[in-house]
Amino acid sequence: MTETRKVAVVAGNRIPFARQDTTYRHASNSDMLTAALNGLVDRTGLGGQELGEVVAGAVLKHARDWNMVREVVLGSKLAATTPAYDIQQACGTGLEAAILVGNKIALGQIEAGIAGGVDTASDAPVAVNDDLRNILLDLNRAKSLQDRLKVLTRVRPKAIIPEIPRNAEPRTRKSMGEHAALTALEWGITREAQDELAYRSHMNLAAAYDRGFQDDLITPYLGLEKDQNLRPDTTVEKLAKLKPVFGKGETATMTAGNSTPLTDGASMVLLSTDEWAAERGLRPLAYLTHSQTAAVDYVKGAEGLLMAPAYAVPRMLARAGLTLQDFDYYEIHEAFASQVLATLKAWEDPIFCKERLGLDAPLGEIDRSKLNVNGSSLAAGHPFAATGGRIVAALAKQLDENGGGRGLISICAAGGQGVVAILEK
Amino acid sequence: MTDRYQTFTRTPLGRTLVKNLGLPDPTPLPRWTEGSSVIDGPVVFGAISETDTGKAIQALLRDIGATFSTAAEGVASSELRPKALVFDATGATSTADLTSLQRFFSPVIRQLGTAGRVIVVGRTPELSAAPEQQVAQRALEGFTRSLGKEVKRGATVNLVYVAPDAHDQLDSTLRFFLSPKSAYVSGQVARIGAGPLVGNGPAAPLADKVALVTGAARGIGAAIAKTLARDGATVLGVDVPQNANDLRKVMSSIGGSELLLDVTSIDAPQRIAAAGAELGGLDIVVHNAGITRDKRLANMRTDAWDAVLDVNLRAPERITAQLLESGALNDGGSVVGVASIAGIAGNNGQTNYATSKAGVIGLVQSLAPRLGDRQIRINAVAPGFIETEMTARVPFAIREVGRRINSLQQGGLPVDVAETIAWFADPASAGVTGNVVRVCGQSVLGA
Repeated sequence: MTETRKVAVVAGNRIPFARQDTTYRHASNSDMLTAALNGLVDRTGLGGQELGEVVAGAVLKHARDWNMVREVVLGSKLAATTPAYDIQQACGTGLEAAILVGNKIALGQIEAGIAGGVDTASDAPVAVNDDLRNILLDLNRAKSLQDRLKVLTRVRPKAIIPEIPRNAEPRTRKSMGEHAALTALEWGITREAQDELAYRSHMNLAAAYDRGFQDDLITPYLGLEKDQNLRPDTTVEKLAKLKPVFGKGETATMTAGNSTPLTDGASMVLLSTDEWAAERGLRPLAYLTHSQTAAVDYVKGAEGLLMAPAYAVPRMLARAGLTLQDFDYYEIHEAFASQVLATLKAWEDPIFCKERLGLDAPLGEIDRSKLNVNGSSLAAGHPFAATGGRIVAALAKQLDENGGGRGLISICAAGGQGVVAILEK
Repeated sequence: MTDRYQTFTRTPLGRTLVKNLGLPDPTPLPRWTEGSSVIDGPVVFGAISETDTGKAIQALLRDIGATFSTAAEGVASSELRPKALVFDATGATSTADLTSLQRFFSPVIRQLGTAGRVIVVGRTPELSAAPEQQVAQRALEGFTRSLGKEVKRGATVNLVYVAPDAHDQLDSTLRFFLSPKSAYVSGQVARIGAGPLVGNGPAAPLADKVALVTGAARGIGAAIAKTLARDGATVLGVDVPQNANDLRKVMSSIGGSELLLDVTSIDAPQRIAAAGAELGGLDIVVHNAGITRDKRLANMRTDAWDAVLDVNLRAPERITAQLLESGALNDGGSVVGVASIAGIAGNNGQTNYATSKAGVIGLVQSLAPRLGDRQIRINAVAPGFIETEMTARVPFAIREVGRRINSLQQGGLPVDVAETIAWFADPASAGVTGNVVRVCGQSVLGA
C-alpha cells in the first residue's frame, strides 16, 4: 500500500440554521443542500469542475430522496460528472461524511471531495401507516376488479392515520432528551451549569458574527443571514426562568434553553490534497488527521445514550499519542448542555475512566475557555446531519486564524453512537 | 394498598358473615410507633430447667419493664391474659424433656392476648453436647411451626436457637420478636451465635452508623431507608435515575444522601464504594433493589432472564465483593440481602426470580462464615406477600390468595420487612449472622 496523504480542509459553507417551521418551512432537504453546495462552489471558484466525489446525508429523509446527494450535484454548479452518494449516521452524518471523503483522499483514490449534510424538521416525511401500505400494495397485486374491490373493503378509518417520524429511540421509545435527562441525573449535572454553558454558547456565536468570523462560512438563504436561534441578548437569569422540558419533577434540569431546538439547515466542507488546492489557488485551513467512532449499549441501561464520544475520544487519543490536554480548541457538539457537561465530567472521573474505559488514570480536565469558542449547537441550532460540516469548517478556520494548533471534535449521535476527529495545522 | 376484605371484616355485617361462614378473619396487626413499649402486657416465662439462657431472658424482661411471672406461679391464674409466652427449652437434653412444652403451653395458650407473642428459645441443634440433646432441640422446630398455625388473633410464634456461649447475645433478638416490630414474622427460626457485647442501646441502635440501601426510592426500599434513619442511621439511598424524584423525596425526609445509578452498571460497585468511603465507610448494606420479569421458562426471553439475575443476584454479589475488598464496609458491619419466599418455595412463572433469590440465600450462606474475623454479619430477609405497588399489579384472584394463605391471613407491610432488617443491622445483633428470616406471616409456601 502507498503512503497515506495529508487531508486538507480547504473551505466550508453553510446556510444559516432556521428554527423548525419558520423561514425554511417550505424548503426541502435538496433545496437547502444545493444552496449550501452552490455557495461553497461560488466561493472556491469550482463552478463546472469535476470533483472526486460528494458525500452527504440527511437523517429525516423522504423515500423519494433515495439518491438525494447525486440529484443535488446534478442540480448544482459542479460538473454533472461528479459522483455522489448518501450516507446516514444520525447526528454523526456530517462528520462521518468528511471522514469518508478524507479517507479516500488519504489513500490516493481521489484528489478532492465535498462532504456535508442537511436536515429539515419542518418538511418532514409523513408516510401512510403499515395497515394502509399493505392494503395499497395488495391492491396493486390484485388482478381482477372483483379482487380489487375485495382488498378495498379492508380499509378502516384508522388506516388514514399517517406515520410521522418521531424523535425517539426505536428500542427504548424514549426521546433523546429523556435519555439525556437520565444521564444528567446520573452525573449530577446541575441546572446552573447547563444554563451557564448555553449562555456562553450564545455569547461566543454572537461574538463570532460580530467580528466577521462567519462571513466566509455562511451563504444567506431565503432572506436569513444569521442563525435564527441565536439570542445575543440572552442572560443566565433569562435561561434560569425556563421550565424544564425533559425529565419530571424537582430533579428535572433540562429546558428549551439548554437543549438544542429542532432546526432546518445544511452545511458542506471541501477537502483535498495540498497539491490540488494549490493548483486552484486555494489554501489549506487545517488538516483532518485522526478520527474514531464508537457505540455504547444504551438499551440495557448500561450506558447513557449520548455517552459514546466519551469512549471514542480516548481510543483516538491513544492512537494519536496525545492527551486530552494537548488541544488548543475543543468542539463538543452541544446536543444538550448536559451532554457536554456529562462527557467532560466522565473524563475527569477516575472510576469511569478505569472501569468503563479501562484507563489507568482519568483523562482529566480541559481548559473550559478553549471549549466551543465560536459557539455551538445550543446557539446555532442543530439540523442533525448539518452539524458536522458546521463544526469542521468553523474549527478549521479558527485553527488557521490562530496560525496553527490542534482541535478536537466530538459529536454524539442517536443509537448510542459517537463520531470524533482531530483537526491540526 | 388497602386490604378491602380486611376492612370489611371489621364492619358489623362483615363480623356476622365471617363468624357464620367461617371466612378468614385477619386481625389488624399493631405496628411499632414512637413511644411503644417492647411488650405491652403481662409475660409468662417458663423453662425446663434453670439455665444461663433463662437467666438472660428474665434479666431482659425485667429490663424492658415487663410484668412477668414464671410458669409455676402465672399459669394458674385464669384472670391473666398474657401478651407473651416465653419458654426456655435450652435445658432439653433428651426427648423426654419435650413433654414440658405441652405441660407449659396447653393450659395457657388459649389465654394468649391479641397480637400475642410466643417465643421458644432452644440450643442450636448442631452445637448440642450430645446426640440426644440434638434430637430434642431439633424437635422444637416442629412445635413452633405448628403452634404458629394454631394461634389466632394476630399472634406469632418463633423459635430462637442460641449457641452454647451466646446467651449474652439474646437482647436485640428477643426485643425484636417480643415487640410489634415483628408483627408479620411468624413460624421462623433465628440462630444466634457468640459475638462481642456491643451496641448503642435500644433508643437509637444505629446512631453514628452509615447505611446503604439500594432501590430506596419506593416501596420496601423506602420503608427500609426510613426505618434505619429512625433508628439513627445516616442513609445513602441508591436508585436508578428514572426514580430520581421519588428518591429525592425519601432522602430529603430523612436527611439522607442520594446516589443515582443502575446497580448492574459495570462501575456501580466502585461508585458505591467511593460514595460510602466519603461518608466514613458503610456500616450497613441493604441489597434491596430487585425486579421481576415473570414468564414460564418455555416462554422466557434471554433478556428477561438476564435482567432479573443481574439486578437481583449479580449486583449484590459484585457490590458486596467490592465493598469488602476496598474496605468501604467497616468492620463490625452488617450486610442484608433481600431474598423471597419464591426463592425458598419456588413459584410458577418465576424461574428467573426464584433462581436469583435462592442465590441471595447462597450469598448469605457462603459469606457468613468467611466474614467472622472482621465481625461482619450477613443475613437475608425473605418477604412473602407484602402490600406494595408491585403486588398491587398482581391479578385480583392471585393477589387475594397470596394474602390469605398464611397464618396471619393478610399481606404484610413494607415496614415489616424494614423492621426485620433493622434488627439485623443493629450492632447489638453481633451474634446474628447467616440467618434467612422470612417475613411472610408464616406463608404456607416454603414452610
